[in-house]
Amino acid sequence: MSKPKVAFFDFTSCEGCQLSILNLETELLELLDIVDIVEFREAMSEKSDTFDIAVIEGSYSRDSDLGRLKEIRETAGVVVALGACAHIGGLNALRNSQQREDLLKKVYPDHPDWYETNEKALPISAAIKVDAVVPGCPVDVKEFVHVVKNLVLGKDPGLPTYPVCVECKLNENICVYELGKTCLGPVVRAGCNAVCTSNGGVCIGCRGLIPNPNLNSQKDIMQKYGLDIQRIIDSVNLFMTENAREVQ
Amino acid sequence: MSETITIGVNHITRVEGHGNIKVDVQNGEVKECKLEIVEAPRFFEAMLEGRHYSEAAIITSRICGICSVGHQLASVRATEDAFGIELTKQNHQLKTLLDMGQYFESHVLHVYFLAVPDFVGAPSVFPLVATHKDVVLSALKLKKLGHDIGEMIGGRLVHPISMIPGGFTHMPTVKKLEEILNRIQDAKEELKNGVKLVSSLTLPDFERETEYISMYRDGEYAFIDGNIFSSDRGEISYKDYRKVTNEYLVPHSTAKRAKFSRHSYMVGALARFNNNYKYLSDDAKQAAEDLGLKPKYYNPYMNTVAQLVELIHIVDNSTEIINDMLAKGIKNEKPVIPELKECAGVGAVEVPRGILFHEYTYDKNGFITKANCIIPTAQNLQNIEDDMNDMVPDSIKKRTKEELTLDLEMLVRAYDPCISCSCHLLDVEFVNE
Ligand code: SF4
Ligand code: SF4
Ligand code: SF4
Repeated sequence: MSKPKVAFFDFTSCEGCQLSILNLETELLELLDIVDIVEFREAMSEKSDTFDIAVIEGSYSRDSDLGRLKEIRETAGVVVALGACAHIGGLNALRNSQQREDLLKKVYPDHPDWYETNEKALPISAAIKVDAVVPGCPVDVKEFVHVVKNLVLGKDPGLPTYPVCVECKLNENICVYELGKTCLGPVVRAGCNAVCTSNGGVCIGCRGLIPNPNLNSQKDIMQKYGLDIQRIIDSVNLFMTENAREVQ
Repeated sequence: MSETITIGVNHITRVEGHGNIKVDVQNGEVKECKLEIVEAPRFFEAMLEGRHYSEAAIITSRICGICSVGHQLASVRATEDAFGIELTKQNHQLKTLLDMGQYFESHVLHVYFLAVPDFVGAPSVFPLVATHKDVVLSALKLKKLGHDIGEMIGGRLVHPISMIPGGFTHMPTVKKLEEILNRIQDAKEELKNGVKLVSSLTLPDFERETEYISMYRDGEYAFIDGNIFSSDRGEISYKDYRKVTNEYLVPHSTAKRAKFSRHSYMVGALARFNNNYKYLSDDAKQAAEDLGLKPKYYNPYMNTVAQLVELIHIVDNSTEIINDMLAKGIKNEKPVIPELKECAGVGAVEVPRGILFHEYTYDKNGFITKANCIIPTAQNLQNIEDDMNDMVPDSIKKRTKEELTLDLEMLVRAYDPCISCSCHLLDVEFVNE
């Protein structure tokens, strides 16, 4: 049996997720044992008309991209959303609180009419059906390989369903709430090995919410530590503009 | 080549970004050469409005994955400049090391993965695994080093975590610094092989003098601190960056363009090399000589070669920094907490693709009221187009359409544009027929 073909595509993104994949070393060779990479604009000139797995990075923010997205969907057996931009809109969606016209006027004051953009920057699932996601901004490359392997074997992608706090505690970090800071760890999906809190930062929620997050308990934690609820709404807003409404 | 042709290279591959080259030739006469940028607008300046100073670097980092360290550096420097936070020596060293990590990653990716395949006539780095396995392995090893330097200082290289305005939330350990130091020594040997490889390749012979703009600081090959330097006009305060960049829009590009003393200017490795040659390490100067690169060099294709020279300098510069840190001991400096006030500041840093500017205005509570980011690739776009317009009329007589297409693609790639910043890249289209 021939190996499944994987193609990478990008839409509105910083390309940091694709770049992270280029940083794979031994895992990249492992991956190439089970799949063929047939299209990856960031690293190769070759293009392919057929592929089995389409990995899409970036948000959907222009009508003119819809045709290409639909074509990818029709060609691929499996569509994977790569990274926060594709998964939940990511940081791109921060603009969604402002009107399209205002944005264009602010950034291109002399010629707002020259540029095309939709009212909102949205996850890929707003345009086409997505079968699996690799969360994160950027993605965790080990998790990416894990998800692709599972998909090739016809299994569930196998993402953790517990929150970042679990990994954070395993890393023996002092909880930042003890230090008077706010953190989204209790409601955000693990899988990044709590990389932010383990490097002196806080979780800002790039991997999106866990299934059935208890947002009220998050509020309770905030109140227990006397923290400003507005700050947490702001930080949820960074990557999860759409989810932020639930918190409010 | 036929009298009337149109080249269209759509989505030039192997460049981070979406861009197209358009060449319109009618009856042997070049009507138009254009570099179109077709990337979706992202609106970062507008998204920054109303955000807290602690979030500015997190947000701007996502302008571009490969330049994320650079954006964070410019962002943090702008915020520090606004709140009047001075760099301690250790903070300066950590920031420089983080920048070096990014240079390693980015220059190696460009020289070995994106440019070398062109010179050996391969469509990408993947076929090189079979034909030039040692080169590919060497490149992977070097890239990994950049990655690990970034991870040591920033927690990760793509969108680092631990650099915040006023300092770092995490310090490297002595053990880690020693390990990296050893690997940097090995890297120097690998890079010497790289110099041999690249000196054996022939680059297109094309020259056009332009204005070269970089950072400048007396006594060092400036990376994260200093003023602006123009090869036409000399030193200019970093605060006056707007006088240099003079941004404007063109209809065929979502990226803004820049000009200063002439119709266009160049930033990046070749500009730094031309302006700051005297501050390169001795071995970097030697490598330059072996590669046939002397200041002032006017062939834009040599930007790739200048990157290789910089890699050698970076090895020497980071060795010096790490040795100094190990000798003095790593202090557990806590990040300075800024005193909030209405203020504004500019951050100028040299990132792999050239000089990058961020400017923020803050209200009295530390929220951004105005933001401006000027990206190296945007500054280079007009210069690339001017090169094309200079090159094509002559080349069209001598080169086949296929050859010219490759020349143009390689020209754009030589600038190492990351169009995702300024907006994505490439397709050569010969319009007409
Ligand atoms: S998810 Fe983050 S790293 Fe990935 S493309 Fe989007 S902004 Fe870049
Ligand atoms: S620091 Fe954040 S992730 Fe870690 S335990 Fe506390 S709340 Fe959870
Ligand atoms: S700790 Fe939170 S913000 Fe950091 S990578 Fe993990 S999910 Fe994303």
